[in-house]
Amino acid sequence: MAADGNTKPPKKLSLKENYAMLTRGLDWEPTYEKKEDIFQKIDFEGIKIHDWDKWEDPFRLTMDAYWKYQGEKERKLYAIIDAFQQGNGQFNVTDARYVQALKVFLNGIVELEYASHRGFCMLGREFPGAGPRIAAQMQSIDELRHATTQIHAISQYNKYFEGMENFPYQFDRVWYLSIPKSFFEDACTSGPFEFIVAISFAFEYVLTNLAFMPWMSGAAFNGDMSTVSFGFSAQSDEARHMTLGIEVIKFLLEQDPANVALVQKWIDKWFWRGYRLLALLATMMDYILPKRVMSWGEAWTIYYEENGGALFADLARYGIKPPKYADVTIKEKGRVSHEMWSVFYANRNALGFGIWLPSEEEMDWFSEKYPDTFDKYYRPRYEYWRQLEAEGKPFTCKVLPQLCQTCQWPCLYTEADDATEFVHRESDYKGEIFHFCSDGCKDIFDDEPEKFVHAWMPVNQIYQGNCFLPGVDPTAPDFNPMAEALKFMGLKPGVDGGLFKEHLDAKRWEQWTSRPANIHEGAYTDSVRSTETPTPRAKP
Amino acid sequence: MTVEIRTTGVKPIRNTFEHLAKRFGDKNATRYQEIAYDIQPLVNFHYKPLWDPTRDLYDVRRTAVVMKDWYALKDPRQYYYGAYTITRAKQQDALDRQLEFVEKRELLRVLPAAARQQLVKTLVPLRHYEFGANMNNSHMAGYGFGTIYTQAAMMNCMDRLGMAQHLSRIGLLTDGNTGESLTEGKRQWMEEAAWQGVRREVEHLFVTRDWFELHVAQNLVADSLVYPLFYQHFDAAFAAQNGSALSSLTDYLMRWYDETSRWVDAIVKTAAAESPENAKLISEWTVKWRDIWVAALEPAAAAALGDKAADVLAAVVAAFNTKAGKLGLKL
Repeated sequence: MAADGNTKPPKKLSLKENYAMLTRGLDWEPTYEKKEDIFQKIDFEGIKIHDWDKWEDPFRLTMDAYWKYQGEKERKLYAIIDAFQQGNGQFNVTDARYVQALKVFLNGIVELEYASHRGFCMLGREFPGAGPRIAAQMQSIDELRHATTQIHAISQYNKYFEGMENFPYQFDRVWYLSIPKSFFEDACTSGPFEFIVAISFAFEYVLTNLAFMPWMSGAAFNGDMSTVSFGFSAQSDEARHMTLGIEVIKFLLEQDPANVALVQKWIDKWFWRGYRLLALLATMMDYILPKRVMSWGEAWTIYYEENGGALFADLARYGIKPPKYADVTIKEKGRVSHEMWSVFYANRNALGFGIWLPSEEEMDWFSEKYPDTFDKYYRPRYEYWRQLEAEGKPFTCKVLPQLCQTCQWPCLYTEADDATEFVHRESDYKGEIFHFCSDGCKDIFDDEPEKFVHAWMPVNQIYQGNCFLPGVDPTAPDFNPMAEALKFMGLKPGVDGGLFKEHLDAKRWEQWTSRPANIHEGAYTDSVRSTETPTPRAKP
Repeated sequence: MTVEIRTTGVKPIRNTFEHLAKRFGDKNATRYQEIAYDIQPLVNFHYKPLWDPTRDLYDVRRTAVVMKDWYALKDPRQYYYGAYTITRAKQQDALDRQLEFVEKRELLRVLPAAARQQLVKTLVPLRHYEFGANMNNSHMAGYGFGTIYTQAAMMNCMDRLGMAQHLSRIGLLTDGNTGESLTEGKRQWMEEAAWQGVRREVEHLFVTRDWFELHVAQNLVADSLVYPLFYQHFDAAFAAQNGSALSSLTDYLMRWYDETSRWVDAIVKTAAAESPENAKLISEWTVKWRDIWVAALEPAAAAALGDKAADVLAAVVAAFNTKAGKLGLKL
């Protein structure tokens, strides 16, 4: 009953109407400043947008709903993390070998969540449409959540294990952490459209399930309640982000036919960049997790070949083709994890986590999962290395690896059609030679050489003498360049890397828990009671 | 199964991360410290941003303010994401009860037509001001330096979207969910003389690139004038005529403002205390933007408060000057 005789009851609003009303027309066409001065980054990439209002905000969350929904999730998550810490949950995981995987996670992935947060925040400023700005801001604060909760979930482990205590410092310096760092910096230093195609579509939509499902199931299989809780709590955020990924791509493709070629180029680039980044996960799934969920080869088949195949069939009507070199990833799937683990093993003294050779039982598992490759190429290598270890002269690589100028992995991969030949590609740019691990990486460089020549290549920097702490004297008689470079990177020589059986984590684990540090090996120390067999504890 | 851990004798080998131990000693860190400090990459950047090739991705040179340690810019609320969302969720629960009370009794709808019009033309256009503040804080969070500052700016950015939506809701409570008030509010914002100064200066902020200057102009100066002017003084004048129904909803905005000011002020105070150069620069910005905003708000204040406007605005400015003095600024 309104005073002016309007007696109609207030209209009932559905959730969707409510969202539309509350955000309706918040944006306006500026008249005091020029639009191109307000949104300066939106034109240089060449993407054409005719109507920003066609962008459907896939989240449709008002802030009051967001706060309540997320606040409730946080309450539950921290209740579990608190209980985990109070109950010394870090000792409930399968073994200390599992913790080595957490180091890769904390030291490599947390900073990616953070970079994603900042990248989306910039988009939340730069997109001229209100819908996409809000969507980007929501994703930005979600990514901040992920960085935050990951640190909180893993914080407890840092108090009992080596190698996690210095993660932000290491992320800026460690040679293999430049792989994830350069990946996200490449995206963040691109224009806003390339960023969103790279991260929302190529990474979140096409590849994220691959990172998420095996990783979180792996944590669950290995009794890591802290990481599992974080992961499943983050999953509902991820579902929103994936929706944004597909919305974005359809929006760009529908706005102008001229966008198709640019979008295709970015899909090709970021699929390959994302694939190379996720290769780290291949070693985690196949080698590091003590109890495995599935093999990398199986995961790639399900999450890329099958799911990705269906996605790209759906996008064909826009003129989008499956990513270039997708065929190479399929040819490589029986090899990548083994090739990478071999390089990790050889360079183990320069790593932030302990390394081991697979046991007999594990090698049998590989033979079953990789019938075409494992026995032929890798079993003999591991058997030989095991013999050298037994003889007390374990194989070590004494020189630093040649890094790929684009993805920054060592050039460790083999030819798509010949597993006995390393891939080595080169480009000549302004009289300098640049090296690549693959055709995919070479193509990316050749398209933007001016950008990629600026990459901070850790190995090259070490050899140029840029990776020593202040006060180090390279002319001193006892100068050890390798040890000094490790210190610069924030790695403790003789503590962080090396053979796992000699690692402090392994010794302490057996002393503290009386359980073997690596369930696939016998006890490493006398701390494990002789009556106890080196089998995994009963499953919960 | 039960877990048999011989916990006796198991002592942590360290109590916190190294970067936190360097700052606070090796003791258990708070959850705020674990995310707020040193997370943003600092060195060895890989590529030149295509959109700003003369600077790095994260670069101290995006503001003229200079800090020895950017992590001095602490948030006194110590918000990390979980503490932030849980706090806001609680506050929203309380607000929901107020909204329900006003909605059920149609307290805003039953106001006389003239009062409703006054409410709509005075408060509903401010949803656009909030949306501008949302974009500006996105700039500070995106281009600012140091997680300790940028994460708080990110939360503030989302808060401003929330405030814009809250003001929309006040409009809908007035028009019975038809959205007519929003249309009228937007018309006011785009066309009415009373609002053009405010809109001009919001757009002016959109082209202000120094993120710390933007923090001063938007979060310190503009908000410290806009919030008391409308949600305190206009609200009081409106309540004197029409009862306190509206106050139950503007109270939320003022509480939010009081809480957020703790952060906004702490940033300014810390940066000004760092060096005479910072203090001078921030004081200059404050004077510049205060004068701009006072002039911009005069017509809006006149439309809202009639012949009391000049006195009210003078009181708001005087309160602001006092506050700025306490923050170490010389105006």
